[in-house]
Amino acid sequence: MDQDLKTELSKHGIFATTFEELYNWGRKNSVWPLTFGLACCAIEMIATTMARYDLARFGAEVFRPSPRQADLMIVSGTVTKKMAPQVVRLYNQMPEPKYVIAMGACAISGGPFRDGYNVLKGIDRFIPVDVHIPGCPPRPEALIHAFMALQDQISAQQLTGESRPRHLKRELPSEFPVPEFGEHGLEPPQNDEVFHNPLKVLQG
Amino acid sequence: MTPAAEDLMEISMGPQHPSTHGVFRMDVRLDGERVLRLKPVFGYLHRNHEKIAEAASYLAAIPYTDRLDYLCSMTNNWGYALAVEKLAGITVPERAEYIRVIVAELTRLQNHAGMVGFLLQDMGASGTPLMYAFREREKVLDLFESLSGARMMCNYMRFGGVRVDCSAEWLGQAAKLVGGFSGFLDEFEQLLTGNEILMARTQGVGVLPRELAISAGVTGPGLRASGVNYDLRKVDRYGVYDRFQFRVPLGEHGDVFDRYMMRVLEIRESLKILEQALRDIPLGPIMDPNARLRGLRPKVGEAYARIESPKGELGFYLISDGSPNPYRYRVRPPSLINLTVLEDMCLGQNIADVVVILGSIDIVMGEVDR
Amino acid sequence: MTLDEIRARLLAGIPGSQVEMVVNGSPSEQNSLLVDRQHGLKAALLLRDQIQLDYCSNVTAVDWPDREKTDKVKTKQIVDGVEKEIEQTIKTMVPGYLEVVYHLFSMVKKTGPVVLRMRTANRTDDVALPSLTPVWRSAEFQEREAFDLFGIVFEGHPDLRRILMWEGFTDHPMRKDYVPPPEDELELLGEQ
Repeated sequence: MDQDLKTELSKHGIFATTFEELYNWGRKNSVWPLTFGLACCAIEMIATTMARYDLARFGAEVFRPSPRQADLMIVSGTVTKKMAPQVVRLYNQMPEPKYVIAMGACAISGGPFRDGYNVLKGIDRFIPVDVHIPGCPPRPEALIHAFMALQDQISAQQLTGESRPRHLKRELPSEFPVPEFGEHGLEPPQNDEVFHNPLKVLQG
Repeated sequence: MTPAAEDLMEISMGPQHPSTHGVFRMDVRLDGERVLRLKPVFGYLHRNHEKIAEAASYLAAIPYTDRLDYLCSMTNNWGYALAVEKLAGITVPERAEYIRVIVAELTRLQNHAGMVGFLLQDMGASGTPLMYAFREREKVLDLFESLSGARMMCNYMRFGGVRVDCSAEWLGQAAKLVGGFSGFLDEFEQLLTGNEILMARTQGVGVLPRELAISAGVTGPGLRASGVNYDLRKVDRYGVYDRFQFRVPLGEHGDVFDRYMMRVLEIRESLKILEQALRDIPLGPIMDPNARLRGLRPKVGEAYARIESPKGELGFYLISDGSPNPYRYRVRPPSLINLTVLEDMCLGQNIADVVVILGSIDIVMGEVDR
Repeated sequence: MTLDEIRARLLAGIPGSQVEMVVNGSPSEQNSLLVDRQHGLKAALLLRDQIQLDYCSNVTAVDWPDREKTDKVKTKQIVDGVEKEIEQTIKTMVPGYLEVVYHLFSMVKKTGPVVLRMRTANRTDDVALPSLTPVWRSAEFQEREAFDLFGIVFEGHPDLRRILMWEGFTDHPMRKDYVPPPEDELELLGEQ
């Protein structure tokens, strides 16, 4: 339907849309995050929800403490190897459709603590991540930008066809294996189906 | 009468929990609602800060100290700078000392306000005191941002002074903030201190006896709430704290209500210090002209320096072997040592009180685990 | 009380003990007392009860690995029939040890710090030291951390288990010879 006809109809009080747009509009404006703060970035996440940079006006009205009621996991802070199995378990417990924002340098790739013996070099070694925000810590405005980028991603998703999102394809997994504590590190150290080594991608 | 073992319930609170102040876990054994045993488990944020600092030079470790107690980065920087200055024998000019006192007391203001906000949130006040506290915190963070360039991870102190000078406008803004803060505190206290629910949930809960506090190495407002007069600003008189008139509030009972009142009273004393410092700050250099930042090689030896951070006694122990990197770098974390008595304070209390007692100790996991 | 007086008190109060003063080279002038480990607990009790050092602030573990000491020695040797003075370099191995440093203060008298040290025999099999947790409760978590990250076993500790790493972890990461497993993107590709 072309745009002029739409505006003409809307002047008469008739609103025309597609099912896909309506479905995505409802989903993107009510993304409820999980209360999941690990380290310093958690304080900036809390500051984003406070009165000055209000995140509630974007739809993240309540932060749910239970993963069964949340849609979004904002991994804010360094993920250590001791905490990694818990993060994957929480991700598995969230119902589809679910999204992950990796907030801060530590969640993306280990950050300034990358040389640590207890630091996991990025949460995308075990679970798929939708939006990455750099920063140490990222400003509250950067987190709002990431939230808006996630909303754009959601509104661009198509309900039918090959490029439909993961939660509508029955054959794709929505739960990922939980790593175990080994003697010198985690077993396995990364999940090769989820983790795309950027150097391997460059080598072709 | 202790019930049989199969009637007891063992639950694990954390590491993902709305009220555990970060990734902290407590294994609690309960008889109904009463706590019989509590074992804290941490290490979920162990980022081996000490090993990284031993591989980096003295100057490169300063940004890592910001991330220890991530709410109070300025005081962490000061503790480390003090330790290196003791180790290498560097002196600090007067204006830099005054600036250090001003930013440290501003840090204390926003930390104590945040602690009260988080404590009330854990009690179920559902965010409103926290919103008020964060409103004031944003004003302090604006000052830090215009001074050092970052809101939280300021990276501001250097060995022998501070990195950047503050302008007269900045001092005027700080004076305006200090002038308005006591009005905010009065509003806060009017809503909270005489509140029946707060008093019923905190008085008599989580009592810490005096001898146990001293033996367990508890420092900071928790120690003074139990009646021990030990404030490092008065005992060690580091910096220029001996020039300011302020009192040290002491508590009587050592319960959660005393620890809460300790924070409120300490904010008032910090406001007094800030007024005096902002009035008396002299002009002059902000950095020792003989200090060397890059390639600093202190003589072989060791030093231990400590400051009164808002959480307690923050100490840094450095061993130097003459090379540009420290041989041994150790942080004495106040939050970890204050947790030693968590089990003693929680025995016999209800499980709902465990959350309140943990909130009153005021821990930050970045410091507990380093 | 100066450190010399405290040392004299310890030697007088605990017969058979060896207390040395370790001098500090830096401008901080914080010298320390090295106590042998058989009498560590008695020394701690004396310091707490008689000298009123009731607050143990910091417990640090330090790793001193084996190191090679080179000495240049002038010896007289006969070379080609003529006696000459030749400089020889003699290399000796100084065995390493693990060390624990305690910083003690007095809250009641507002003095300090008094620095106490204890050393193990070596880094491999004889790594036991007496635990000072029965004397100062604040050492409880810090000694557990020294056990976890350095491997020092504290005898008499009420609950000695790992505190920062998980229970199945076998290494002692803060030692100077610890090598972490390969996990970097380059290491995963097989290059290094």
